[in-house]
Amino acid sequence: MSDIYLDNNATTRVDPLVVKEMLPYFTEQFGNPSSIHKFADGVARGIKKARKQVQELIGAEHDSEIIFTSCGTESDSTAILSALKAQPNRKEIITTSVEHPAILSLCEYLEKDGYTIHRMPVDKAGRLNIEAYQSMLSDKVAIVSVMWANNETGTIFPVEQMAEMAHEAGIMFHTDAVQAVGKIPMMLKDTKIDMLSISGHKLHAPKGIGVLYLRRGARYRPLLRGGHQERGRRAGTENTASIVGLGKACELAMEHIEFENTQVKAMRDRLERGIIEQVPHSFATGDLNKRLPNTTDIAFEYIEGEAILMLLNKAGIAASSGSACTSGSLEPSHVMRAMDIPYTAAHGTIRFSLSRYNTMQEIDEVIKVVPGIVENLRKLSPYWDGDKPVADPEQAFQPTYA
Amino acid sequence: MWDYSEKVKDHFFNPKNAGAVSEANAIGEVGSISCGDALRLTLKVDEQSEVIEDAGFQTFGCGSAIASSSVLTEIIKGKTLEEALNVSNQDIAAELDGLPPEKMHCSVMGREALQAAVANYRGEEWKDDHEEGALICKCFAVDEPMIEEMVWANKLRTVEDVTNFTKAGGGCAACHEDIENILEKVLKERGESFDPTAVAETPAAAAPETPKAPLTNLQRIKKIEQVLEALRPQLMADGGDVELVEVDGNTVYVNMTGACSGCQMAAMTIAGIQQRLMEEMGEFLKVVPASEMEKLHTIGA
Ligand SMILES: Cc1ncc(COP(=O)(O)O)c(C=O)c1O
Repeated sequence: MSDIYLDNNATTRVDPLVVKEMLPYFTEQFGNPSSIHKFADGVARGIKKARKQVQELIGAEHDSEIIFTSCGTESDSTAILSALKAQPNRKEIITTSVEHPAILSLCEYLEKDGYTIHRMPVDKAGRLNIEAYQSMLSDKVAIVSVMWANNETGTIFPVEQMAEMAHEAGIMFHTDAVQAVGKIPMMLKDTKIDMLSISGHKLHAPKGIGVLYLRRGARYRPLLRGGHQERGRRAGTENTASIVGLGKACELAMEHIEFENTQVKAMRDRLERGIIEQVPHSFATGDLNKRLPNTTDIAFEYIEGEAILMLLNKAGIAASSGSACTSGSLEPSHVMRAMDIPYTAAHGTIRFSLSRYNTMQEIDEVIKVVPGIVENLRKLSPYWDGDKPVADPEQAFQPTYA
Repeated sequence: MWDYSEKVKDHFFNPKNAGAVSEANAIGEVGSISCGDALRLTLKVDEQSEVIEDAGFQTFGCGSAIASSSVLTEIIKGKTLEEALNVSNQDIAAELDGLPPEKMHCSVMGREALQAAVANYRGEEWKDDHEEGALICKCFAVDEPMIEEMVWANKLRTVEDVTNFTKAGGGCAACHEDIENILEKVLKERGESFDPTAVAETPAAAAPETPKAPLTNLQRIKKIEQVLEALRPQLMADGGDVELVEVDGNTVYVNMTGACSGCQMAAMTIAGIQQRLMEEMGEFLKVVPASEMEKLHTIGA
């Protein structure tokens, strides 16, 4: 069997139809969209079409609310910094403890500059406390930034409701929807969301292209100033081929969104059940009732994630892990820590993220392979004895220095 | 994923001596579950000769932690306790054909497990004497507690000071912001404030270890030449060569020739030479291709 790719929350394969759409923009329609000659003729039209396609997928009211950027990270930074710049008297930001580093690292940096950051905690299932959120809203807050769906667990936050609440309190609302766009339906024009981030490479478009949705009328200050591109809201000559590619990818995502929420979800559920039923001391993390249809994050207790990934890789299966070792840091993923997953499990979490390219045969193959891998690694583990954990593992094995 | 050597992969996929040794009389348990690495080493030691007759490991950890544990048991089997205690973490890493800088702590954990097991055999208590933290300098594998400690102990004030004392920041320079943040934090704790424009202490006066009388300029250059000389056979084996052109303060200008010059490997080779020179000379040195010197001179002229 050929290799099985279950790491689609990290990045996705570019759809061949997307590639086909892009190619002419490298060699034929390569002109600068601002130029007035035949090499640039179709370019402006191509971009316009892409803007419509993005608009359609997220249900924005106007196509001029779509600003093309270079990636999800740029969209996140632009949103937050714009809100601070446009409202200099508001020095607080509300966000969550489980955001992507694109938000969290920026907030840490802003904290040093004197901003106050409120990081909402989550419960053991990765959920926010909405009453606590309500009590944080004040006229000192410049922006609320809450991700639509979590990249590690797939947990979906009630951003539409939270945006309403922020709006009531007169506060701007941004959502990092990098993992949600294309996987779950959305209709932005019916919400009070002011800004939203998209990244192309998570929905079968190329890497290095993103979108910031900016509600018409929302106060805004550009991050990059220069030329008049994107109506002066994001200067820099347009990445035309990728913009056109992203447009096509949005159109395809729209066509497949039902498939994603039925077939892909069915594969995910089968995978999750198949593994957890066979492997003792394993469990799925996050809010299992409100989750992206393509994601399952499974904790395998008493073993470490990178070791699991290396053995999966040897078996031709690609996934990722929330363990410390895979990132080179010393702490397991901040998302696992925020959910208070014990260390003996947090280091052994594996995220399987599917796409419309996966098949049931592939899923069955993975279900066959995983139990053996876990068993082999547990044989090496000081926390494991025979076919079960040692009695009272945290007591039985207490290495010096912790 | 990590760029592991074939040896690391081999020890990971086919670990040696996995599991606990029965009738073990020396047990070492080290590591940190919060860091995601922990190791129990069990040894069977002959009480007469103190020879390690059997060794087994149980590891909770990543690929390189398991490989380090496995190779450690192979290295120490048949050695006496005294001999085994001479095994350094570099020996463990070398036996694996190297580890990525982020993973060097796996080899440290192996050595510590060994020390802990020996202490256990002798009825002593083993205490870990170092704290581990986030890796700051990836070129020379220097972590945060190490830098903080040096900043405290030696009253360092600038990034250059830190580089002189710890090597951190002496390579690609990408970690200079992190080093500045550490300086800012420690200086604040000390009631001072960090001044990014401050001038570094002269390294010669401040260097922590000046065991011998300072070298004369001539002696210093000769010693640098000797170090380079010693590296040549290795370079020549790869079809390259190196020649000392000039030493100007902390900067060592060299000519890279043959297969090494101009290719991508040159930058890596230069970093390697620089590290070796710093280790041998005990001071901060920067190795630069002689071609850069000409450029600098023309700009100056
Ligand atoms: C939730 C989330 N936000 C932001 C990003 C960053 O997107 P990009 O890689 O396009 O900068 C990612 C992807 O890694 C993500 O998962």
